[in-house]
Amino acid sequence: MENKKAKKRSMAAEVWQRLVKNKMAMVGLAIIILLALAAIFADVIADYDTKVVAQHISDRLQGPSAQHWFGTDEFGRDIFARMIHGSRVSLVVGLISVSVSLIAGGTLGAFAGYYGGRVDNVIMRIMDIFLAVPSILLAITIVAALGTNLVNVMLAIGISGTPGFARIVRAAVMSVKDQEFVEASKAIGASNATIIFREIIPNCMAPIIVQATLSVAGAILSTASLSFIGLGVQPPDPEWGAMLSSGRDFLRDAVHLTLFPGLAIVVTILALNLLGDGLRDALDPRLKQ
Amino acid sequence: MHKYVIKRLIMLIPVIIGVSFLVFFIMSLAPGDTARTILGEDAPIEAIEALNEELGLNDPVLIRYGRYMLGLAHGDLGTSYKSGRSVFSEVMSRFPDTLKLAFWGMVFAIVLSIPIGIISATKQYSLMDSISMVFALLGVATPNFWLGLMLIIGFSLHLRWFPSGGSDGWRALVLPVITLGTGCMANITRTTRSSMLEVIRQDYIRTAKAKGVGNRSVIYKHALKNALIPVVTVIGLQFGSLLGGAVLTETVFSWPGIGTYLVNSIKAKDTPAVLGCVIIFSVCFSIVNLCVDILYAYIDPRIKSKYK
Repeated sequence: MENKKAKKRSMAAEVWQRLVKNKMAMVGLAIIILLALAAIFADVIADYDTKVVAQHISDRLQGPSAQHWFGTDEFGRDIFARMIHGSRVSLVVGLISVSVSLIAGGTLGAFAGYYGGRVDNVIMRIMDIFLAVPSILLAITIVAALGTNLVNVMLAIGISGTPGFARIVRAAVMSVKDQEFVEASKAIGASNATIIFREIIPNCMAPIIVQATLSVAGAILSTASLSFIGLGVQPPDPEWGAMLSSGRDFLRDAVHLTLFPGLAIVVTILALNLLGDGLRDALDPRLKQ
Repeated sequence: MHKYVIKRLIMLIPVIIGVSFLVFFIMSLAPGDTARTILGEDAPIEAIEALNEELGLNDPVLIRYGRYMLGLAHGDLGTSYKSGRSVFSEVMSRFPDTLKLAFWGMVFAIVLSIPIGIISATKQYSLMDSISMVFALLGVATPNFWLGLMLIIGFSLHLRWFPSGGSDGWRALVLPVITLGTGCMANITRTTRSSMLEVIRQDYIRTAKAKGVGNRSVIYKHALKNALIPVVTVIGLQFGSLLGGAVLTETVFSWPGIGTYLVNSIKAKDTPAVLGCVIIFSVCFSIVNLCVDILYAYIDPRIKSKYK
């Protein structure tokens, strides 16, 4: 038991050491930590009721200044404050929808990979059908059918990400299911569920972690896309995509309405991609070119 | 080889049936009364019930789906609630515009990404490599709708080089094509670079160089052909995001394609139109994937030999 713990610790430490050496991944991680802190302490940084949703028409469409760092929108609301609270929406939607994909896709992929044969065939053919619909279109269809609210957005993005996880987990499970430690578990009479979730899955976490990190970026982008076409977060709640959409009417005179929320999306996705790439290299150094 | 193509064509049929069922089922989950949506909130209950009966909306989902598929087999995607016209003709009238945008978007992405990827790989860690990788990273991270808005601000509102909307003439095509193609270009560049890096370290490349084959010939005749397989995969996969991206790009540039029609139909709760658009997009995506699979067989002799 002690040995197992020590081995796990040393593996994690090894991965961390490799990750720390990757400067780009560290930049990504630092940005994500900053964003997470901004999301956690959003209420401390800017009051929701007075700065984020309350309208101050006399201050409308002001450019960046010492008082309003990123300027104000068409209702006189502080864009910086709305972006800080918007980060909360983006990160929460990103994390929850990826969790939905991970749990649903991971379970399906694990069963398909472990049992093989007919179970694999049925599950993967259903996943193929999901994959035949471009993911953002699938999300658009689900939200259009279920209605526009945050829960449905998370569900839609989660479902559209499910086949990707199913494929990756299936491949990972198939690569380890015939190894000796799995046979040993079978020999001592462990149940299939125990073998899958306690023996196999922990041994094929590397591709799952990488996929999850990159999927959070995809989920944030999808949320912004849905909000941009009016299917995501509804006004007056702040969300980066929705802020971009409302800024479209003021492109000529107030660029800051679209510039800053867009930059926030770019920086967040860039940071998650850098971290995802770094994790891939750290978890499997053979892949590093 | 013909056997392979026919097999893949036959496999397309269950995918189309599955996709249409999936989308039909999801749309049938929509809450609310369709007849009330069409007739308005103040319509009398008798009229609503009569319309529900006329549209067959009181039948179970499977019956409705069967009827829909029967229509689909005859090229009938139903009737738009909003315009009262055939969804098939509405979608098909917009199809050429979307196809034009997607085609040029993909051409833009491929023409730029493959040479950049090759140069990056052959001159690894050079300034050119670093610049192109930074651009590729930014391209992947930039939402196309935001890029579109920024291009409109720069090239349309300030420089006045290109129009900010519409689809008349080649000038109207430039900004939407850049907007749509940039993300794909970034992804294909990254894949081309990593695939080329892997290939140029292989023994047969070293052998070719040792035999005195010229650098250009080694790269374009020996390495590129072998590096193309993952690139073709990514191009096929990117076509899906290109179609999804077309919805957003068309919205930004008021491009009169299926994407704009889809967004307007969602806002109008026009279920048959939404269903028709998503099915047409998915069928296109499946056909492109089929073409990619067939292309594999031509690029990779190992697949070709299996079906000889």
